[in-house]
Amino acid sequence: MVEMVSRPYERAFEKHALANPEVLCISADLTSSCEIDKFRDNHPDQFLSMGMAEQNMMSFCGGLGLAGYRPFIHTFGVFTYRRPYDQLMASIAYPRRKVRIMGFLPGITTPGGMTHQAIEDISVMRSMPNMTILETGDATEVESICEAADSIDGPVYCRVLRGSMPRLFDTPIKVGEMRELSLGNDVLIVTAGITTEEAMRATKALEAAGVSVRHLHLHTIKPFNAEAILDHINAVKGGVITLENHVTEGGIGSLVAEVMADNGVGKKLRRLGLKDTYAHGGSRAYLMRYYGLDALALTQGVEDLLGQKLGISEADLAEARVDAVHSLAKAEGL
Amino acid sequence: MWNIAVKNERTTEDIALGIRRRVFEHAMRNNGGYLSQACSSAEQLAWLYNEELILGAPTLPMIPKPFGGVPHADNPDYHTGAGYNGPFEPEFDRLFIAPAHYALVAYATLIETGRMAAEGLEMFNKDGSSVEMIGAEHSPGMEVHNGTLGIGLSTAAGLAWARKRKGEKGRVWVYMSDGEVQEGQTWEAIQCCAHHRIDNVKAIMDVNRQQCDGAMDSVMEVGDIKTKMENFGAVVVEVDAHNVNDMREAAKTKHDGKPLIILANSNPFHAMPILEERFPRLHYVRFKSEEERARMNISIAESLGVDPIDYAH
Repeated sequence: MVEMVSRPYERAFEKHALANPEVLCISADLTSSCEIDKFRDNHPDQFLSMGMAEQNMMSFCGGLGLAGYRPFIHTFGVFTYRRPYDQLMASIAYPRRKVRIMGFLPGITTPGGMTHQAIEDISVMRSMPNMTILETGDATEVESICEAADSIDGPVYCRVLRGSMPRLFDTPIKVGEMRELSLGNDVLIVTAGITTEEAMRATKALEAAGVSVRHLHLHTIKPFNAEAILDHINAVKGGVITLENHVTEGGIGSLVAEVMADNGVGKKLRRLGLKDTYAHGGSRAYLMRYYGLDALALTQGVEDLLGQKLGISEADLAEARVDAVHSLAKAEGL
Repeated sequence: MWNIAVKNERTTEDIALGIRRRVFEHAMRNNGGYLSQACSSAEQLAWLYNEELILGAPTLPMIPKPFGGVPHADNPDYHTGAGYNGPFEPEFDRLFIAPAHYALVAYATLIETGRMAAEGLEMFNKDGSSVEMIGAEHSPGMEVHNGTLGIGLSTAAGLAWARKRKGEKGRVWVYMSDGEVQEGQTWEAIQCCAHHRIDNVKAIMDVNRQQCDGAMDSVMEVGDIKTKMENFGAVVVEVDAHNVNDMREAAKTKHDGKPLIILANSNPFHAMPILEERFPRLHYVRFKSEEERARMNISIAESLGVDPIDYAH
């Protein structure tokens, strides 16, 4: 079975911050919720409490960046761009300050409902010049997110997972690359964040039903390597399907659609995600089922894409084991 | 230091008069401009640049370079307009002009204090110029993007906190406008300075009681700014914005552990009394007719002790 890892961010941030004195730990009253409470207690000189005042926090961090510091902002992703959008744009993105925005609880990973769910953050950040976007999908990526983000010459927005999570990969994030999780030639599945684990489960069931799956996991959403994904799109016969923990407008589904349109690729694309809707409060499993973000939704999407029934049941998916992907793993290795 | 070398060559009052004359001439030639801001703020900006700020010599050309692109990974030669305020050295102050709409007055101040050539004002609001109408980050004397009102004090607070941490002596000054107190961020910034004991931030606010739609009291009443700011944790001193000695004394106020905010109560028609005709729409004075333009030309020229502007040529 896949290894479960508890609170990888907490250790990863401490290690990175202590090795880099220009890194500052910024919190907006969600310190324990973002796993930096021990850091606050153990390293108060490197910690700044900004309170519930995100507009000031964004411009303040712009000032810290001007002085050469690299602030890591910790709060829920949704609070980093909805209220302080103007400040994020003017004080951080425009002047390319090295501010690292650690956005916790991406998409429906919170039962907090509409006000707490960052469902359009990628869309917003993608349209913001100078902004880099990274997303974590497992413990290894969370463990490497600080170093990856801090390597960027400019601002970065990161979708960060918290708490207990699987270890799916054994190599750190390499900014600008994408993970090739399987290399079949019927359908291309593109996922990021928590939808990757769902797709890995779906892949097993799809392969068992005779569908050859090519699966890519994205941790670097902007900038994006269009040429690399184009090769994968060209390598499949039956079309492309994306599954994202985000609205289907402006996220990775749109990203793939743009690459296909820009290059005149005449293949079908199915974009799964939140379909022009807000979500509501509930458990992650419930919300993923309710809004069609899980493995079952993906297999049904593949059926739709291929125009054939595959007969994959919920039980088939429940039985599909997910194992860690080793760095040299090939399709047959899964 | 450079500013000390020239500080006493001209009085701050004389520089303020020079600022108003330049803004007046510009407004006449261009059929309008930010005239009232020159009335209210000339002494404040003149005092900052001529006396209070500790700045190094300008590092950018006296005649501003054209627009050189926005910050981008592919634009490595990009720079802000901060060089007109001197180099980033630990001992020097920084200045953020939060209401970037005062840019015309700020550019005139740079010229009057020998930091920019007079040709710079000819480039004002011309396509392809860096001397923009609403000061951009790359405009002369501008150090960060402001003009979306309320972000200046927060940015200054962050920089000031960082400078304290690094042991730098240079202070961070903010030029503010009173309309900004309608923005919640202003209050977030003051409480943040107080909480983190950021006392190397100093601000002077042009309290002219005007905003884009008209008199502030008619748009959104803000009450007693001084008391509110004190309650949020600032040390606040009120001065007459047209009395330089008032500002000199206010700047000496002790404010350990708190930001200092000088409220400069100003007259939006100061030195150009005919502008009162346009009250309460003073934010940007565009002449309504050639008759008005001619009449204001004669009146303001007389008030400022210059000949009327020959704007036909």
